[in-house]
Amino acid sequence: MVLSRSQRQDLRTGFTANLVVSASVAAYGSVLGLMAAQKGLTWYQLLVMNLSVFAGSAQFVMVDMWLPPLPVAEIILAVLVINMRYLLIGASLSPLFRDTSLKHKFLFMHLVADENWAMTMARYYKGPTTTWFLLGGGLCVQAAWCFGTLLGHRLGAVITNPERYGLDFSFVAVFTALVFSFWKGRQDVLPWLVAAAVAAVSESLMPGKWYIVCGGVAGALVAALMPPKGASND
Amino acid sequence: MISQDLDLLVWLTIFGAAAVTYSLRIGGLLLAGKLPKTGRFKRFMDALPGTILLSLIVPAALAAGPIGWLATLCTGLCSLKTGNVFLSMIVGIVIVAAGRLYGF
Repeated sequence: MVLSRSQRQDLRTGFTANLVVSASVAAYGSVLGLMAAQKGLTWYQLLVMNLSVFAGSAQFVMVDMWLPPLPVAEIILAVLVINMRYLLIGASLSPLFRDTSLKHKFLFMHLVADENWAMTMARYYKGPTTTWFLLGGGLCVQAAWCFGTLLGHRLGAVITNPERYGLDFSFVAVFTALVFSFWKGRQDVLPWLVAAAVAAVSESLMPGKWYIVCGGVAGALVAALMPPKGASND
Repeated sequence: MISQDLDLLVWLTIFGAAAVTYSLRIGGLLLAGKLPKTGRFKRFMDALPGTILLSLIVPAALAAGPIGWLATLCTGLCSLKTGNVFLSMIVGIVIVAAGRLYGF
């Protein structure tokens, strides 16, 4: 495929626009790499996971659940539930893809992550933006993700007593830091309380990792059943 | 033989997760006109990432003991105030490491 000058230009602009956010992607990727090394994933398994799954929060959950014997069904279901938001992210991009072929859609959608999606939408509200800008951002985020996770994996193989450095706690720290980027305000209080309570109770009652899905779905159901935000006084 | 079976499970998990994630990405784009953009379904989907991640943390955080509770609290507050994910993680990990160093 030969790219036109404007396509190349957009690809480059998308790439550079995502450089700063990609630095933080690489940084928390290094924590994933550390955790993956402790769980016994090889560097090439991690690399294939990066290239094929390419979703930060979901990969953290996968690595956390990565204990032999691998709970394949639980992991895949957890990934499905966590990544449900990609349905909405994909749908929100439809104006951008309006005049593109089906092949174009199938090729370009794989490299859509939270970061380059947010960059693209922010730019789209201000002026004309193409799918090449989106792809340029995706390539930048993917490169940073692979760099960060593999660097962390290398370090993880060197550190023999991770507890001493608090690294076994890194999983709680990672998710506590990540979860507040989804906090939208007071309407989240009740769903979050329900999610926390259901997760804590079902963890003690059920085997495996089902408490993740139970708590998450219970909390989101509360959000769905509550009166919409506009109807309250906030 | 056993290690081969394990390896197969590894790839099954990775490619299963990849297939599910890619289906959601492309599915959202192709079904764009049919997905409700308001109402209960939208609120359910909007709430899901936050409640899932929270469910993941709670049991592990509860099991982490007093120093872990303090670290979780500080990480959460830092994330809420600064919006910086990496800095907030470091805050939590340093508190736990320091706590262990001084024998908590």
